[in-house]
Amino acid sequence: MREAIKCIHCGSVCGETHVVSNGLDFCCNGCKTVYELLQNNQLYNYYELENEPGVRIKEPTPDGKFAFLDHPEIADKLYRFKEGTSRKVELYVPAIHCSSCIWLLENLQQLHEGIHHSQVNFVQKRVTIFFDSEKITIRQVAELMASIHYIPEISLADSETEKNKKYSKRLLYQIGVAGFVFGNSMLISLPEYLPGGEHLEEFLKEFFGMMNLLLAIPVVLYSGRDYMISAYKNIVKGVVNIDLPIAIGILALFAQSSFEIISKTGAGYMDSLSGLIFFLLIGKWYQNRTYQALSFNRDYKSYFPIGVTQIKENNEEEITPISDLKQGDRIRIRNGELIPTDAVLVDGDAQIDYSFVTGESNLIPKQVGELLYAGGKQQGTAIELMVEKPVIQSQLTSLWNKSNNDEGKSIQTVIDRISRYFTLVIVTVAIISFVYWWMVDPSKALFSFTSVLIVACPCALALSLPFALGNGMRHLGEEGLFMKNTADIEHLAAINTLVFDKTGTLTIPNEQQITFDGTDLSSEEKSWVKAVVQQSTHRLDIALNRFLKTEEELQPEKFETIAGKGVTAVVNGNRIRLGSPNFIGITLPEDLSRSTVVVEINDQLKGTFHISSQKRNGVEELLQKLKKRFDIHLVSGDNNWEREEWKRLLEKEEQLHFNQQPQEKRSYVENLQQQHRNVAMVGDGLNDAGALLKSDVGISVADNIYHFSPACNAILQADKMSALDRFLKYSKLIIKTVKRSYVISFLYNLIGLFFAVQGALSPVIAAILMPISSVSVVAFVSGSTTYQAKRLFKQKR
Amino acid sequence: MKVLIVLIIFSMALALIFLGAFIWAVKRGQYDDSHSPAVRILFDDEVKQTKEEKDK
Repeated sequence: MREAIKCIHCGSVCGETHVVSNGLDFCCNGCKTVYELLQNNQLYNYYELENEPGVRIKEPTPDGKFAFLDHPEIADKLYRFKEGTSRKVELYVPAIHCSSCIWLLENLQQLHEGIHHSQVNFVQKRVTIFFDSEKITIRQVAELMASIHYIPEISLADSETEKNKKYSKRLLYQIGVAGFVFGNSMLISLPEYLPGGEHLEEFLKEFFGMMNLLLAIPVVLYSGRDYMISAYKNIVKGVVNIDLPIAIGILALFAQSSFEIISKTGAGYMDSLSGLIFFLLIGKWYQNRTYQALSFNRDYKSYFPIGVTQIKENNEEEITPISDLKQGDRIRIRNGELIPTDAVLVDGDAQIDYSFVTGESNLIPKQVGELLYAGGKQQGTAIELMVEKPVIQSQLTSLWNKSNNDEGKSIQTVIDRISRYFTLVIVTVAIISFVYWWMVDPSKALFSFTSVLIVACPCALALSLPFALGNGMRHLGEEGLFMKNTADIEHLAAINTLVFDKTGTLTIPNEQQITFDGTDLSSEEKSWVKAVVQQSTHRLDIALNRFLKTEEELQPEKFETIAGKGVTAVVNGNRIRLGSPNFIGITLPEDLSRSTVVVEINDQLKGTFHISSQKRNGVEELLQKLKKRFDIHLVSGDNNWEREEWKRLLEKEEQLHFNQQPQEKRSYVENLQQQHRNVAMVGDGLNDAGALLKSDVGISVADNIYHFSPACNAILQADKMSALDRFLKYSKLIIKTVKRSYVISFLYNLIGLFFAVQGALSPVIAAILMPISSVSVVAFVSGSTTYQAKRLFKQKR
Repeated sequence: MKVLIVLIIFSMALALIFLGAFIWAVKRGQYDDSHSPAVRILFDDEVKQTKEEKDK
């Protein structure tokens, strides 16, 4: 067998659009253009660093795509730095994937002299570009990148990443300080623990004590302050969370140690204190390591263009930021552009694709004077619209604003529930031992009280969750489910109801399964049929057009559509009728699950095309498996032409819903939640955005995870859809592991308490017990979650 | 044994310098991207501009 020819640029198999130039194979003209551009600029290194590093884009970028960047106000918002003619801009480029990408994007100055310098952040998939605004505009920069197929995705909703960066940097500082103190404090405390330590000269003991005290102050005040603040905030709110026992432990340790050092009665536990905070912070850091290149918080702003062409009174076109649109403004929407707000059609031939909103990719023709809702895409020539409502008030965006208000997720986390009782128990034990010793030996009373608080500090408890979840999140990510943060794994484990969107989620968007039933069509007949379906805008005809491959391109001489029934046409003098069985005048067995197009040529029945949407790989088996353990609902924006098929798969007909508007999807989820169910919504488009936000866990399915996906808690790689049941199972296993680790850390606590209530907690015991319990619990949860992931995901592959 | 105090103060000062270096590195963003610097160092400088500079 001959091996398929691969494109030298992007490595995809050269198909229909195969181009050969200078003896090199390209899959399409786009790739060839990029290759030549790079060759002409001495950038051949690009192809030497990696094999076929290029990016293939399916559709060329429309000319005016970055026109909005000419608007100074928009451009100003994107600049990170502006001084004289030099500019700094940071662009998100999802296509970055290999070292060649880094190399090329950092050598942009070879392509244009206006660019001084550029730097790639691979982890965040961002490029920082310094350029001279005299020589190149920001629009040209964006277009230059698009010309080499690294299309920047620009949105103004970028502020969030900045905030996260600052936070994670502060955490690193805190860890640094705690680590520094931990190490030094241990060294200083070591003599205490060694045999003969008691013979140490008095002034040295004092000196070590004061050093320890000095070192511990920044740890408590800086590194550990988040625990104190969080505990305080929660007490004010009347809530008890895990931070409270930690804060109590830290304060008790610090108070007891300071007292001992100052009163010269002991060495204190400052080394244990800084170690404790150091370990806790590392756990926090591990838990917070999220997928920086993915974005989970996108709202409509990321979907919408930043600017739109406005037609001014003197008929001049001007780019306006969409947030500035007012009622009565006239705007022009070109082919492939999105309608940013509800508007009335003033002029032009509107063919609107609402697949963004409904999931159904049917072109809907609109008449002048009709209201067009936001979110539609114009297909065809440019149209002119009159704005009805400002962008934030349009139907689509108001859905978003409504959802934003009710974000508080209702599922209570295991750890919060446990820590509530935990704190209560500790304080009780501490008080009991205080009272006991007060009666027996008052000198030991206070010491035993603080000892209990110190030992009970749930270090191991607080570490097991971050490490179990952090590790679990990493394994889920390796398998194709990317969680927004670790807390969502807990929510995922509690799910008992699944709501699916259909189009694009369970089925592959824009792909149909087509079978023909009847006498085989000759290639001539096929080209006749194709000529007819080419003219039609009906959903089934569009699918057929894509399916039929012919050599000849024909034009029908006559073409007539009978709405809702079919078409009659004449091609090369042959009378062709296509349409529903009804239209042709035959009866087919009742089988609504498939849509049919009956073909008749020259009054002769030829046969029937059966068209059904193509389910994603393994979806049927997945639903069979999930059905046993979860309550499954289907909520589709699509029409119900496949109802029977889905009824067969899901059995419960009352849980199938078609023709659902985005608002209805959202309220459907809300309804389920009111019945005290924990709902996960699995969807893909903007039409599911409201439901994804509202649900307890919103899972957004994406073919390319770096492309825009609606706001959600997790992004699922579309080809891993069939593993969803294992993902759910794994999340439950993680939580089980956490619970087991709780048992272990409680055992450690019991040992500690045994010493503490006797008033016999020496610094040595604290210094041994605390690290050992932490390390063993961390080792247990990490090992256990890794083992389970291996077992669950590897074996079934 | 008094010399111990001087030694400890010196060692502590040295450790503080390292802590300062760590904080400086974080502030400069050296931990923001853990991948590209490793790749970048392997790139050859055989691009047009640098060639011209060499000729000078």
